Amino acid sequence: MYQYDKYDQAMIDQRVAQYRDQTRRYLAGELTEEQFRPLRLMNGLYVQIHAPMLRVAIPYGLMSSTQVRKVADISRKYDKGYVHFTTRQNFQLNWPALETVPDILAELASVQMHAIQSSGNCIRNTTSDQLAGVCEGEIEDPRPYCEIIRQWSTFHPEFAYLPRKFKIAVIGNAEDRAATKLHDIGLHLVKNQEGEVGFEVLVGGGLGRTPILGQQIRPFLEKKDLLSYLEAILRVYNRLGRRDNKYKARIKITVREHGINHIRELVEAEWVEIRDQLELDSKEIERVKGFFTEPEYDANAAEDTSFAEMQTEDANFARWVKQNVVAHKKPGYKAVHVSLKAPLSPPGDVTDSQLDLIADLADEFNMGEVRSTHDQNLLFSDIKQGDLYALWLRLEVESLATPNIGTLTDMICCPGLDFCGLANATSIPLAKEINERFSDLDYLYDLGDLKVKMSGCMNGCAHQSVGHIGILGVDKKGEEWYQFTLGGSSEADASLGQRLGRAIPKDDVVDTVSTLLDVYVEQREQDEPFLATVRRIGIDPFKERVYADN
Amino acid sequence: MQIIKDREIIEDNWLHLDDEAELAAGNITVSLARWQEQHETLCDHEGGLGLRLTGEDPLEEVVPDLDSFTLIVLAFPAFTDGRCYSFARLLRDRFSFKGEIRAQGDVLYDQLFYMTQCGINSFELANQNRVVDALAAFDDFSESYQTTVAKPAPLYRRCR
Repeated sequence: MYQYDKYDQAMIDQRVAQYRDQTRRYLAGELTEEQFRPLRLMNGLYVQIHAPMLRVAIPYGLMSSTQVRKVADISRKYDKGYVHFTTRQNFQLNWPALETVPDILAELASVQMHAIQSSGNCIRNTTSDQLAGVCEGEIEDPRPYCEIIRQWSTFHPEFAYLPRKFKIAVIGNAEDRAATKLHDIGLHLVKNQEGEVGFEVLVGGGLGRTPILGQQIRPFLEKKDLLSYLEAILRVYNRLGRRDNKYKARIKITVREHGINHIRELVEAEWVEIRDQLELDSKEIERVKGFFTEPEYDANAAEDTSFAEMQTEDANFARWVKQNVVAHKKPGYKAVHVSLKAPLSPPGDVTDSQLDLIADLADEFNMGEVRSTHDQNLLFSDIKQGDLYALWLRLEVESLATPNIGTLTDMICCPGLDFCGLANATSIPLAKEINERFSDLDYLYDLGDLKVKMSGCMNGCAHQSVGHIGILGVDKKGEEWYQFTLGGSSEADASLGQRLGRAIPKDDVVDTVSTLLDVYVEQREQDEPFLATVRRIGIDPFKERVYADN
Repeated sequence: MQIIKDREIIEDNWLHLDDEAELAAGNITVSLARWQEQHETLCDHEGGLGLRLTGEDPLEEVVPDLDSFTLIVLAFPAFTDGRCYSFARLLRDRFSFKGEIRAQGDVLYDQLFYMTQCGINSFELANQNRVVDALAAFDDFSESYQTTVAKPAPLYRRCR
């Protein structure tokens, strides 16, 4: 993975010093609340209902075991001994004291981590495919480009005060595991007719209260033009984006109001002016690629027979393998999801002792690396099949082997009203209720691939509008109600869910999920997944059943 | 009023003329509207001439006139309004404006570093009491990754 040199390190160290002084000036009354707000946000610090919340970036989801141990340590020392992983390869501390945040940032900087631009109206953490570099069928590993974008976007002086936040995701595999169509800019590594690798560029995607899918602005962009094209898009947006209404300030609205063709004209005109000056040297691309070379894989890994034997011997192991283990490009290797969706814990949460174990396992089995995923889980990317049983046993002990990846209980869920200052409704307790009701694994496996996403307000942090089943908390005269959508997807076949009907009271949410699943089970053809059934039969059969009683 | 120019505190010798105010001698700045209306009169003005721009103004339309000005004042009505960072870069990089570019309005300590990177070289701080302290802000960071006005080659090309 990328290693900081003295320049990278100096910049994050100076950032800590800068923020320490800003915090000091705020506490001394030299900075007003309003003046301090954007400064703390650009260092990841929100002020929530109970306490501040600190969001820390995990650039494109990659962490070393040293970093994981540091995170565990920070959660013990400055928080309540757990952290929450988000959908955008960040993690959050829910209870840090504002005064200690500079110290936390200094500790993070000591292991090459930071919270820079993890909030605020600036370019956020660049995200990617959790299987980058190890999945089959990848055009090219997207991570070097993510790192190049991370450096370009870090403290970009022109784009620190944009109309609104700005998110970029990069993938190298057509199976979109990073929700790129729901990003302000989505970059897909593609091959053109001449066989050269470059980027397809999408712009204007986003969730929130007005979910919109990104549109193609350029079918093929040469690698050397990556930064100049990004800069052209950002400059057009910085000048043109609306600043009169924060709900209309994202680039998705700029694109919608002006039309993709007009935006393309503006961007291309800007790009022509700057492309030579900002050309990315191939030497620099190669330098950064040098940090993401393949590890030394064991050529004999596939000769192991214990993997097959243990699956026959231990049904629980076999079940976990089937659900949480995915293919790897190298024979004898697998990628392993570490489920952060155990029935009794809030989705995406992980304790300090679990993190310590994960760090140890990374050292023992995964060349010292761990990745975070868009689905709020963690991943070991390079596990030898012969190590899987030992790994599973160790994960089991700390409740990190719930065999539910991709099922109903692998829900994406925001912190909701229990933590968040924006939320209208709770989400974590409902996730728990859903978990309790649908605890039967055979039933979950029978339902198959099912993405349930639940947000506590229309800001949509849990991406409910692209859930196969989306659940959105709304406030109705002080009561919590929930709006369902069906048929959304964030993957290559991205679509926005359709509204089922009027909102449903909190007490009926779990029953409603159950009813929706009944309709699916009755209507599906053979092995048809939930999403395919919804797309085939439409939402009416679901609607009729859910609202049949009144 | 004291301003910071090229990292030094100096007494400002410019008068920002309202659109209704009568022309005065010496160094004056005018709005784009006034410039467009009184173009010829202003060209005969004895003393320095400066133009005030806001993020709403059509920057490209002003380009043919840039030689008439020794100062461009960029408005920051709120420090969160970042449009004029792009204006500053365009004025320097694309339109080769060599005169003074000044930030005016909600100009605070914590934005000075980025403004400088974008080519702004003088600052009317919102809080006159902070002018001396603010000199430290220019050294918040010793390096930056990007191609900017202050450093026209990216870090990797200069150092790596």
